Amino acid sequence: MNKILEKEHFSANVVKLVVDAPLIAASRRPGNFVIVINNAKGERIPLTIADADPVRGSITLVVQAVGDSTRAICAMEPGEYLHDVVGPLGRPTHIENFGTVVCSGGGVGVAPLLPIIRAMKEVGNRVVSVLAARSKELIILEQQVREYSDEVIIMTDDGSYGTKGLVTQGVESVIQREPVDMVVTIGPAIMMKFVALTTLKHNVPTLCSLNTIMVDGTGMCGACRVTVDGKMRFVCIDGPEFDAHKVDFDEMMLRLKSYQK
Amino acid sequence: MTISPRDAEWREELRQALTAKQRTSIPRAKMPELQAAYRVTCNHEVNQGLSVEMAVLEASRCLDCPDPQCVTGCPVSINIPGFIKNIERREFKDAAAVLKETSALPAVCGRVCPQERQCESKCIYNKMKKQPVAIGYLERFAADTENMRDHSHDEVEMPVMNGKKVAVAGSGPAGLSFAGAMARLGYDVTVYEALHEIGGVLKYGIPEFRLPNSVVDIEIQALERLGVKMVNDCIIGKTLGYDKLLEMGYDGLFVASGAGLPRFMGIKGESLVNIMSSNEYLTRINLMHAGMPGYATPVPCVDRVAVIGGGNTAMDSVRTARRMGASKVMLVYRRSEDEMPARLEEVKHAKEEGVEFMTLHNPVEYLGDENGRVRAMCVQRMELGEPDESGRRSPVPVEGAVEEIEVDLVIVSVGVSPNPLIPSSIDGLDVTRRGTIEVNGEMQSSIPLIFAGGDIVRGGATVILAMGDGKHAAASMHKMLSDK
Ligand SMILES: Cc1cc2nc3c(=O)[nH]c(=O)nc-3n(C[C@H](O)[C@H](O)[C@H](O)COP(=O)(O)OP(=O)(O)OC[C@H]3O[C@@H](n4cnc5c(N)ncnc54)[C@H](O)[C@@H]3O)c2cc1C
Ligand code: SF4
Ligand code: FES
Repeated sequence: MNKILEKEHFSANVVKLVVDAPLIAASRRPGNFVIVINNAKGERIPLTIADADPVRGSITLVVQAVGDSTRAICAMEPGEYLHDVVGPLGRPTHIENFGTVVCSGGGVGVAPLLPIIRAMKEVGNRVVSVLAARSKELIILEQQVREYSDEVIIMTDDGSYGTKGLVTQGVESVIQREPVDMVVTIGPAIMMKFVALTTLKHNVPTLCSLNTIMVDGTGMCGACRVTVDGKMRFVCIDGPEFDAHKVDFDEMMLRLKSYQK
Repeated sequence: MTISPRDAEWREELRQALTAKQRTSIPRAKMPELQAAYRVTCNHEVNQGLSVEMAVLEASRCLDCPDPQCVTGCPVSINIPGFIKNIERREFKDAAAVLKETSALPAVCGRVCPQERQCESKCIYNKMKKQPVAIGYLERFAADTENMRDHSHDEVEMPVMNGKKVAVAGSGPAGLSFAGAMARLGYDVTVYEALHEIGGVLKYGIPEFRLPNSVVDIEIQALERLGVKMVNDCIIGKTLGYDKLLEMGYDGLFVASGAGLPRFMGIKGESLVNIMSSNEYLTRINLMHAGMPGYATPVPCVDRVAVIGGGNTAMDSVRTARRMGASKVMLVYRRSEDEMPARLEEVKHAKEEGVEFMTLHNPVEYLGDENGRVRAMCVQRMELGEPDESGRRSPVPVEGAVEEIEVDLVIVSVGVSPNPLIPSSIDGLDVTRRGTIEVNGEMQSSIPLIFAGGDIVRGGATVILAMGDGKHAAASMHKMLSDK
């Protein structure tokens, strides 16, 4: 049982929760995720750790209400308890001074991206962040991203904020004007797919973080399997980050729909 | 050493009570079981257990051999005639006590051990061309009778604490038996489990209709009464690193993290939607209660299901699929029925429940529909060729004999590999090429304070071997920590 300490609404469907989890707060690294069960009859759902405070013993989760379980979690209030939180899971992000790193995030993908932006900055990279969403209200964590980025480019589909256009255009504009050594992309599968196609064109190494369906998160079930470079890999133990140029996104998108009617 | 020696006076008397002829003329007990038509509609345990009279009669078949071969067939050398003769004289509590001398989980083993290949295969009755003594049924009877007894007046012998503490990674049979043995020796024991439930495969894998959770829970509660602490949702190597455990003052770690990683065949179309490992299918249903009212975890409930494989996991999957409402359930296995590694009883039960056995068939490709869902499997007919290194006749494809069969769900049950979480997170822990943790004859790993056992050392094995490893490792670790 893990107590919810704080809650903040980022947008209509996106909520930030600070959750009591001292052991996880102490051992997590950027890129790690947790599995959460909201109540005794709940399902196991993976959520990336957006931030952690080892002193307070808490972790920050950013949850988008997409299904019944995430909706239930978003409706929870401080003082209530999540039934189970286990982690940190997955391999941490490989952080290194590459030179210039473009971090592109779409929708709630910005939440897991934030600790990577920060870590990339801390080791001396020049960090250009590209945040994308459908419209202005859906851009989250902008202030925090600005704090650790040398430059922030905002893209909205409807032009209500920043530049009108897609995330790929934002990423490409940076690649075209200056040498980029690494791109990190986190967001909906379709977005990562197109970012990968864009960066492949320019031959820029690209890392993506995959959010497949999971059950245990410990390598036991294979629900999270994806094809990377023609080989089967488990996102929960081999990932969640992979070379975006080698991921079969089309297959992954079909598998994400496994339980949609 | 045993509490039921063969030369005890009562056993002498019991041996005289009936002649061998009288004993061998008694037919083997038949396990009372639920009707197949009824049991596929629910999750109730199929085997109902022997009644007292049936058990006593079955026990009287045992000849109390001077050199009992059954014991040599048991991987942990349970004193088999010792417990059986206690059933014959109706001292059920003593029968259970004999079992507990060697086995931490007799109620579990009585239900899931492949007795026909272990103790029962060595019983003298086989030589007489008669059916062996039903050792498994009797083991279950003794353990269940003991578990159902009112324990409130028992004097619990609390061990004297020796001031040392040990950690266990994994709460399957290996971890639990290690924990019990160490607690009895006076150690402060904490079992850490990655999942939200304690019990390992006994909970997430083996279904309720074969091994009810209540049977496992009784054993877990008994350990808790002994002072063993159970911590769920905690992954050794992730939530708590090995260094952290040392910092917390643990004197030793027993790794019993199992062989979780499911294998796939690597054939075309295996990533289609509605193709999953048996671990995923069984976990969704057994651990997460998919399909039960109010539970959030989904599972495909479809009409035509194919399960690939011939082991216990495959049998559990086909039988579960029937209970989830599938009308056509096929078991696809590339060898013949004789080579199936599953327990005989599971094969029998699966057939009674209407599962179609497609032996000597092997899937070669899956075909999907426009939504990426599996719609058919292409199966290759096989025939048995020459025996391979393992002595089993290896299957070879019959040229041109490929058939397309419509399916809505495919469950792949072709084995598991060791869980890599711990090996990959502890520096200096030696593993074999297969990924299992390397241990010496004392179950000790390349890091002296770390011992390991069960499936993480053996690859996919059995409950009884995992349990035996737990006991063995406890004895070895105790020796090491006492010598210090
Ligand atoms: C469906 C199925 C049916 C079976 N039927 C039979 C049968 O009829 N008869 C038989 O003898 N055998 C059977 N087996 C095999 C038997 O269950 C296993 O051999 C046995 O359970 C192995 O025990 P174990 O303790 O080594 O591991 P497990 O039972 O696998 O337990 C390991 C536990 O460790 C946990 N874990 C893993 N990593 C960590 C970590 N880093 N930190 C903390 N915890 C961790 C896992 O979550 C798991 O709960 C069956 C197996 C399956 C899957
Ligand atoms: S071999 Fe058979 S008859 Fe002999 S002691 Fe064992 S169970 Fe009894
Ligand atoms: S979620 Fe089960 S193996 Fe990855």
